[in-house]
Amino acid sequence: MDALNIENLTKTYANGVEAVKGVSISIPERSFYGLLGPNGAGKTTIIGIITDMVVKTSGRIKIFDKDIDKEFSDAKQLIGVVPQEMNFAIFEKVIDIVVQQAGYYGIAKKDAEKNAEKYLRQLGLWDKRDEQAKSLSGGMKRRLMIARALIHEPKLLILDEPTAGVDVELRRDMWSFLTRLNKSGTTIILTTHYLEEAEHLCKRIAIINKGMIIEDSSTKEIINKLDKQSYILDIASPMKKKPEMKGCNITIIDDTTIEIELDKSQNLSELMRLLDKEKITILSMRNKANRLEEMFIDLIENGKEGKEKGKRK
Amino acid sequence: MNLLVPLMTIVRKETIRIFRVWRQSFLPSVVTTTLYFIIFGNFIGSRISDMAGFKYVDFIMPGLVMLSVITTSYTNVAGGFFLSKFQRSIEEMIVSPTPNWVIIAGHAIGGMVRGLVTGILVMLVSLFFTHIKIHNIWIILIYFILTSAMFSLAGFLNGMIANSFDDIALIPNFLLTPLIYLGGVFYSITVLPEFWQHISKFNPILYMVSGFRYGFLGFSDIDVFFGFVILLVFTAVFFIINMILMKKGYGIKS
Ligand SMILES: Nc1ncnc2c1ncn2[C@@H]1O[C@H](COP(=O)(O)OP(=O)(O)O)[C@@H](O)[C@H]1O
Ligand SMILES: [Mg+2]
Repeated sequence: MDALNIENLTKTYANGVEAVKGVSISIPERSFYGLLGPNGAGKTTIIGIITDMVVKTSGRIKIFDKDIDKEFSDAKQLIGVVPQEMNFAIFEKVIDIVVQQAGYYGIAKKDAEKNAEKYLRQLGLWDKRDEQAKSLSGGMKRRLMIARALIHEPKLLILDEPTAGVDVELRRDMWSFLTRLNKSGTTIILTTHYLEEAEHLCKRIAIINKGMIIEDSSTKEIINKLDKQSYILDIASPMKKKPEMKGCNITIIDDTTIEIELDKSQNLSELMRLLDKEKITILSMRNKANRLEEMFIDLIENGKEGKEKGKRK
Repeated sequence: MNLLVPLMTIVRKETIRIFRVWRQSFLPSVVTTTLYFIIFGNFIGSRISDMAGFKYVDFIMPGLVMLSVITTSYTNVAGGFFLSKFQRSIEEMIVSPTPNWVIIAGHAIGGMVRGLVTGILVMLVSLFFTHIKIHNIWIILIYFILTSAMFSLAGFLNGMIANSFDDIALIPNFLLTPLIYLGGVFYSITVLPEFWQHISKFNPILYMVSGFRYGFLGFSDIDVFFGFVILLVFTAVFFIINMILMKKGYGIKS
């Protein structure tokens, strides 16, 4: 069964902005799914529609086969959401915020308090339970919202950029928390514009840009599909003529540095032979960092081109 | 889902908020009405002749109770709901399966807690200044509770359509307060020229003040049953408008 099934979702805001333009996604139960896209892509809008914060223009959404329009109470019971922006009452105590949320899902106070202790402990907030929410640090506020989202033990947890503004160490902690949660059976959907995060956590990724899904496949496939390896080479003397080779792109950065982008299917030693023929001495060679970041930009650029080509027709 | 759980959750949350700032919640009304009692009861009360056959301070007591019930119920819900919109904590309820009517009722009951507690405090203060008897306890209770409910719901509407804290102060200051003061809190409309008596009858608050006063004094400017009907109608109308706007997500959903 799909944890989430979206068909032809569109959203045009009152000001005319078309934030979502016909998105269809199906996310199987128990998966860890990433919705990856730059700012303004429409991620928050989609989550808003799923969680009843934004009114859709058209389309259909089902949560574990429950239509959010027809069986809204059952559907909502299955979702927990961690929004992008803080949205709790800052003067309330941490424990009250979490226990109240359980109340909105019909969980009696006694059971709610049990769950609250469980999740506040797991998220390292138990010691802060009697403090006003405004006194928490940014990372703690985010974790408070995670505890709040989990309090009714939803089968589907949706997180909108959960690690934005969270420092590296805490980000790792949050990742392992989410991974454990997923292993114990909770379906997780996470939006992010950090590739590293999606690659690390998600088995499947949908890439969204300008309100459209431009890629939706397993993380591995996405990486393979676009896997170009990039190398930076320090060379002894300026390169006079670029050697020609299929699947290989050489950029001269300066007299002693060149960048090589090589398709995965191509052979590195072939390239070395060609360089040798040009009498180029390689002093050192390193992998270019942020390979995935590059891939991402690549995807977005392709999407853009595709769309513009479509327009010209 | 047992809807009593979310309902009581909202009521508890609102009550905690009210009592956390109890000075702000209850004292202003109590202080103001105490001053009225001192001035009209002790200082100048002896110089004012009876009103409709009652000692002046006794005559104004029910109106002063209504004054505090109306303003505190209204401002509590208007301010509280606007604040949760402003802080976006309203989203906590919107994403949950709690139905809209429970959200509205929970906030309204919260407003009633504050309105009624304030009203009771004012009545307790009045014991020191007035010699009033109870004519009909049921009429007192019905008017007390329904008035508070109606103005809590009106406050909810204000909170929902407000875009700023100014919008929260606007209606109480420029609409509610004049209507209350002109609604016969300090006089019986029989002292007015006939023309103004007719005009006064278009003021819904006259019916609440007069009806509530009837419960104590057995005297009213209006038909008490008609007043009860007006209260019911206004309460229902405000509830329905709130339901419609909540369904639309007015000011909350985009
Ligand atoms: N309430 C709103 N009213 C009008 N336009 C909006 C609103 N919210 C978002 N948008 C616009 O919709 C587009 C998508 O925004 P959003 O869903 O927040 O993207 P993301 O979460 O991927 O950064 C953006 O162009 C944004 O400016
Ligand atoms: Mg966003």
